[in-house]
Amino acid sequence: MLTGRRPERRSERGPGRRLLPRTLLAFALVAFAGASCARTAAEDDRPVPAVPGGAYSVALTEPDHLTPGRTTSSYALQVLQGVFDTPLALDPQDGHPVPLAASSLTSTDQQVWTMTLRQGAVFQNGEPVTAAGFAAAWDAAAYGPSGWDANSYFTQIAGYDDLNPPDGRLPTTRHLSGLQVLDDHTLRVTLKAPFSQFPMLLSFPAFAPLPQAAFTDPDGFDLHPVGNGPFQLDGPWRHNQRIDLKRAASYTGPRPPMADAVHFRIFTSKDTAFTELRAGHVDFVTSVPAARAYEAKRTFGRHYAVRPSGTMDYLGLPIWDPRYANPQLRRAISMAIDRPGITRAIYNEVFTPADSLVGATIPGHRAGACGETCEYRPTEARQLFQQAGGFTGTLALYFANSDPTYLQWMTAVANELRQNLGIRDVALRTMAAADLGPILNHHQATGPYRQNWVADYPSEQNYLAGLLGPGTRSGWSDPAFNALLAQGDAAATAEQSIAHYHQAEDLALQQLPLIPLWNWQDQTAWSGRVGNVQLDPYAAGLRLEQITVRH
Amino acid sequence: MGRYLLRRLLYTVPVLLATTFLIYTLVFVLPGDPIQGLAGDRPVPASVLAELRHRYHLDQPLFVQYAAYLRGLLRGDLGRTFTGEPVAQALAGRWQVTLRLGLTAWLLEAGLGTVLGVWAGLHRGRWADRLVLGGTTLVIAVPVYILGYLAQLVLGVRLGWFPVSGTDAGWPTAYLLPGLVLASFGAGYVARLTRTSLLEHLRADYVRTATAKGLPRRRVVVRHALRNSLLPVVTFLGVELGSLLAGAVVTEYIFNLPGIGQQVFQAIQLREGPTVVGVTTVLVLVFCLANLTVDVLYGLLDPRIRHD
Repeated sequence: MLTGRRPERRSERGPGRRLLPRTLLAFALVAFAGASCARTAAEDDRPVPAVPGGAYSVALTEPDHLTPGRTTSSYALQVLQGVFDTPLALDPQDGHPVPLAASSLTSTDQQVWTMTLRQGAVFQNGEPVTAAGFAAAWDAAAYGPSGWDANSYFTQIAGYDDLNPPDGRLPTTRHLSGLQVLDDHTLRVTLKAPFSQFPMLLSFPAFAPLPQAAFTDPDGFDLHPVGNGPFQLDGPWRHNQRIDLKRAASYTGPRPPMADAVHFRIFTSKDTAFTELRAGHVDFVTSVPAARAYEAKRTFGRHYAVRPSGTMDYLGLPIWDPRYANPQLRRAISMAIDRPGITRAIYNEVFTPADSLVGATIPGHRAGACGETCEYRPTEARQLFQQAGGFTGTLALYFANSDPTYLQWMTAVANELRQNLGIRDVALRTMAAADLGPILNHHQATGPYRQNWVADYPSEQNYLAGLLGPGTRSGWSDPAFNALLAQGDAAATAEQSIAHYHQAEDLALQQLPLIPLWNWQDQTAWSGRVGNVQLDPYAAGLRLEQITVRH
Repeated sequence: MGRYLLRRLLYTVPVLLATTFLIYTLVFVLPGDPIQGLAGDRPVPASVLAELRHRYHLDQPLFVQYAAYLRGLLRGDLGRTFTGEPVAQALAGRWQVTLRLGLTAWLLEAGLGTVLGVWAGLHRGRWADRLVLGGTTLVIAVPVYILGYLAQLVLGVRLGWFPVSGTDAGWPTAYLLPGLVLASFGAGYVARLTRTSLLEHLRADYVRTATAKGLPRRRVVVRHALRNSLLPVVTFLGVELGSLLAGAVVTEYIFNLPGIGQQVFQAIQLREGPTVVGVTTVLVLVFCLANLTVDVLYGLLDPRIRHD
């Protein structure tokens, strides 16, 4: 039965009938009802047959753009994941790159890469997918004056600097000199320096190809992108309301979709999205608020899962302030923080305490790499603190007010620093993200700050280079650390790279310019209508094509 | 009357200019960098930063920015949001939602409020009166987000009478529940106002005269007492229409209605000057017109008031 969207329960009941009594009664009920919570989530424990067809809906937050290179928003990536095939994808088991739009990607020196495309692939408008389509998309994103969000993902490709002159001049070229179209199906990519993690980078949606239409009518394309993936848009994106996808008939790639259609319903409030799931009007909520963890577990049982993610929170230290120059003091601060206590009290154990600078799902992650530095040891912290000479003046904690939980955990950290280290004057500096950004980028903060990292690809290198590498806002610059990263980038095999990255991480953990706090995890809950739900930390949200539907 | 209307309409021009400039200045002097704020914890390459600052006129002094904005305004161009969508286009889609929600709430507020108020007023001191007084106190005391989530759970999820959220079901179905929640505070107010005002007028001399000359009770209450006691209620409802349109931020958030409230909230967070000013301009217009309507209505309700 290919019915597309499920009818809303409303339409079956005939709206408008007996309106006044109902409204009056509703008024009375709302006014006088106690907190009587309902448990009516569509619970259906029968297995969902693994047959193609049917449609399901996913709760989403409004994305910013739907053109791959123009966005790095995780909400946009969830949609693009279905509409576009990137050159490579990541294996759900361990995150290693596997072919998707490309059939192979090879290099002998980690610097010059040859990408061969799958034969016969077409965009959803019939246009063939060619090496030129990839080159055009990458050129557009890397061209500074485009103002595209994913610009910085192209830094490693040769010629990037010509498209982004630092002094505000207009670039003289629109093309990355490192891209060479050898024929319709072969693209040669030359990087500025050897970079062994390049294949992983190619799983990021900004590296998907674009058809001609993306350049002739960019605004129209952003509302109705045409991709090379298993799903295509069914009508344009309706801002703040919905994005509808349907099976792309032209798709011949390695991940044909099971369902006929996916409907994204856009919510501003994640609580409301969860309520809709309980009412049976939405099939997936991939970011259940942490505060509703116990309710979600109880209500959805087997249709609830915690999906580990690579996202992490850190406490950055203002190493440009001489009071924080001593690594011993930085370690004392780290050991005074009760990570398990905070993740339990504020995040209902949905977040997990960090024991390394890199996320727990990253290949090469070493449990306990941080050692006792990341453990809660108040007495030793106090000793270290005194050995380091203590602290004078106000210790200010900087964070954005984008989420109420930041204030909660920062308050907890402030109290622990007072109690465990005896710092009398701890202040909270909370402000809008737009205000905090410049303060941190210009090194004007005089105290520890909240630093968050969302992994772009599952590699230790992404964390270490992105957070602590040259030119990052941590202000930390260690030649030995940078050299170790470069050696890892140039290594021939994954194992050799990881060995170098481990050494770099150990160095950073000794100096501790950045204190690991906790790993984020996403709670996903789904209705009894959908099956084959496999959550992995490497995909941008759900793998849309795998889901089966009872229909 | 015509000259009065024209004069009042002309007054709105300086009011609009002053408010847009005020808001523009306020957004401008806020510290922080909106473009960097968009990118989160990741540094933006200098070339991209420069391009985006230029695109949204953020690299120019206040007066140049404001002059550019006014020039655009005269051409009917309200600027662009940070995602590149024209503000006018974003507003057009959202106004329909806010207008429907505001009007639904306003009608519910006016209807429920006066009916309950008259009911209570006519049964002063009896259980009906106490029920209305107690009920309205409760509703006024409970914060709107608690009412909202409660209404969703009870009436949407458990009983399934209303859609839980969104606008898919169309008007009026999709707007009844949020409208009710939004109206609850004002309806309580209107009911109390109507009750008090009605009681006052029922004791007036002209009502006794009307009763003495043998008019039926119904006619005395409806045509004489109620009509006069509605004056303060109409004043309240007039101003309330503006507040309902402007103040639906929480309701729109809970019920996932893509309206103006949602947008202005997000725009302030993002420091999106053109959007904030655009919305404010339209809201000022709405307030001016609502006030004008109230003043005109006075004349219809009370023949002693004349406009010329």
